[in-house]
Amino acid sequence: MNRINKLFDKKDNILSIYFTAGYPSLNDTNYIIKTLDECGVDMIEVGMPFSDPIADGPVIQNSNNIAIENGISISLLFNQLSQIRTFTQIPITLMGYLNPIYQYGYDNFINKLITCGIDGVIIPDLPLSDYKKHFKSSFNKYNLSYISLVSPNTSEERIKEIDSISKGFIYVVSSSSITGKKSEFSKNQIEYFKKINKLNLSNPTIIGFGISDKKTFNSACKYSNGAIIGSSFINSISSVKLNESIIQFVSNIK
Amino acid sequence: MKYNVNDKGFYGDFGGAYIPEMLYSNIDELNKNYLSIIEEDSFSKKFNYYLKKYVGRPTPLYYAKRLSEKYNSKIYLKREDLCHTGAHKINNTIGQILLAKELNKKKIIAETGAGQHGVATATVCALMGMKCVIYMGEVDIERQRPNVERMKILGAEIRPAISGSKTLKDATNEAMRHWINNPDDTHYIIGSVVGPHPYPDMVARFQSVISEEVLYQLDEVEDRNYPDYILACVGGGSNAAGIFYHYLDNKKVKLIGIEAGGMGIETKKSAATTTLGNKGILHGSKTLLMQDKNGQVTEPYSISAGLDYPGIGPLHAHLFDSKRGKYISVDDNDAMNAGLELSRLEGIIPAIETAHAFAVFDRLEIKNRVVVVNLSGRGDKDLETYIKWGKY
Ligand SMILES: Cc1ncc(COP(=O)(O)O)c(C=O)c1O
Repeated sequence: MNRINKLFDKKDNILSIYFTAGYPSLNDTNYIIKTLDECGVDMIEVGMPFSDPIADGPVIQNSNNIAIENGISISLLFNQLSQIRTFTQIPITLMGYLNPIYQYGYDNFINKLITCGIDGVIIPDLPLSDYKKHFKSSFNKYNLSYISLVSPNTSEERIKEIDSISKGFIYVVSSSSITGKKSEFSKNQIEYFKKINKLNLSNPTIIGFGISDKKTFNSACKYSNGAIIGSSFINSISSVKLNESIIQFVSNIK
Repeated sequence: MKYNVNDKGFYGDFGGAYIPEMLYSNIDELNKNYLSIIEEDSFSKKFNYYLKKYVGRPTPLYYAKRLSEKYNSKIYLKREDLCHTGAHKINNTIGQILLAKELNKKKIIAETGAGQHGVATATVCALMGMKCVIYMGEVDIERQRPNVERMKILGAEIRPAISGSKTLKDATNEAMRHWINNPDDTHYIIGSVVGPHPYPDMVARFQSVISEEVLYQLDEVEDRNYPDYILACVGGGSNAAGIFYHYLDNKKVKLIGIEAGGMGIETKKSAATTTLGNKGILHGSKTLLMQDKNGQVTEPYSISAGLDYPGIGPLHAHLFDSKRGKYISVDDNDAMNAGLELSRLEGIIPAIETAHAFAVFDRLEIKNRVVVVNLSGRGDKDLETYIKWGKY
């Protein structure tokens, strides 16, 4: 069991926060992780910026651009994360598009995940077949979680296939949309959440995309084991008052 | 060596479908249906009908006498500039909109660089009575004004892409985001042989009508159906894919793709992907890509909006990698001069994209050889750029 599995074993209503590495300032990564942990957030997704994030809305696009301008890269991020396990045991996943990982080298990437103590990855544009070919055996050996998305258009058969390959949790994309689109859940969305629950998947589920406040967080938790907040968090943090803005944001949710 | 796509959607190491899950069902639907639809008799009947009666095909294969004399060669021009809307792009949009109808889609989106694909898409949407949204980089909206207005006259909605370099790459990102947000009733007409499988293959098949015609047209004037050289400019690579298509396995034919060198390879203000790029993943496919050492895609530059793209289609990446094709870059200056030369020698003002393909005769051993150049589009949309350039 890794930290993700342990968390889901003992807890429900999991609050996971996404932020973009290198944003607002280049070296904020560890500070943000530490502060989120201290505020009682359950899990963290660290975004690895990419120049062309096609599944992301304006807020995350913008944080990606600024982070890249600030000089973030995967190798710098791993330098930042190298001491992370000396001060926190919060489950951490890395999320990012495939090209920067491909340039970094899949084996290098996996080695760094292990040495830094990262628990899992979310790579939205990695096909299952490429995961099986390049990642799966190391992921199994080192107990890393591979987390896949499912969307309202994912067929039942495919959800089951994804479930059989995933280890950790399934990332349920709340609607057919890119990140950052906010709205209350519609009847159709709730039907879709219920449908997924009925499948009795072997992995727990987390709902993400468009979760922005206490209300949407709570209703997501009704239909899953927790929720991920990204754009709304990024929008709310301020580089001058980083500490206060993080504490404020989390206390508004919990 | 096999040059065409394999059953997994790859050209050698290149291609595939690297897409987020939100697009999976759309791509899967296309993938499961495109071949059976395209290969149906009723479909090809309709497709051929519109190509003939609406687009004006077959386009002539014209012997360029004065150009040939100048370069001591036999140069034929495949006149895609005479297609309705002024470029090869409409071959693909006719095909895709008929396919979209078969799939019961109600709305069309597209990206555009030079505006030629946007115009070709807006045109077929008007023809078929479908709603049309076109994404175009803000920079390109500025430099291709006439095409922007043409699209609007045709009833399309233009949405500016304001991220990144504000050119074709960013317009493509925005179109993909739109598709993620509207997966059910919308078909995305990609304008080149790029994107996730099956797009590169599907677009190449629709464009392959170009080389299908060259086969018999050349046979009528030469005593063989193949040339020694085929030249075509390469942005994403659709006009090149179309004119290479039926010659991919004929090794007697040298396939030459011409990329935009911009201000010159050394300056990095360039869009010469095979020279400056390496393997990477963008817009759903593994291909050659201009990027920095961290895998961030770099912003390309070319005077021609249609070649201003940091990648190339996976077919071309494979042709380059396997050395079946040769790829040469031509900078802004030489392209403009070649465009002016073609205007004076043959009375044809080419699109600036196309002009790139006319700037390499000196760099190839074409003396007394049969050369076919794909004249992919006409220069009407580029008049402002020609005027600014001056020197005529
Ligand atoms: C006339 C013309 N030729 C060529 C291109 C480049 O596209 P491709 O490489 O797909 O043929 C364009 C793109 O806009 C164009 O308008």
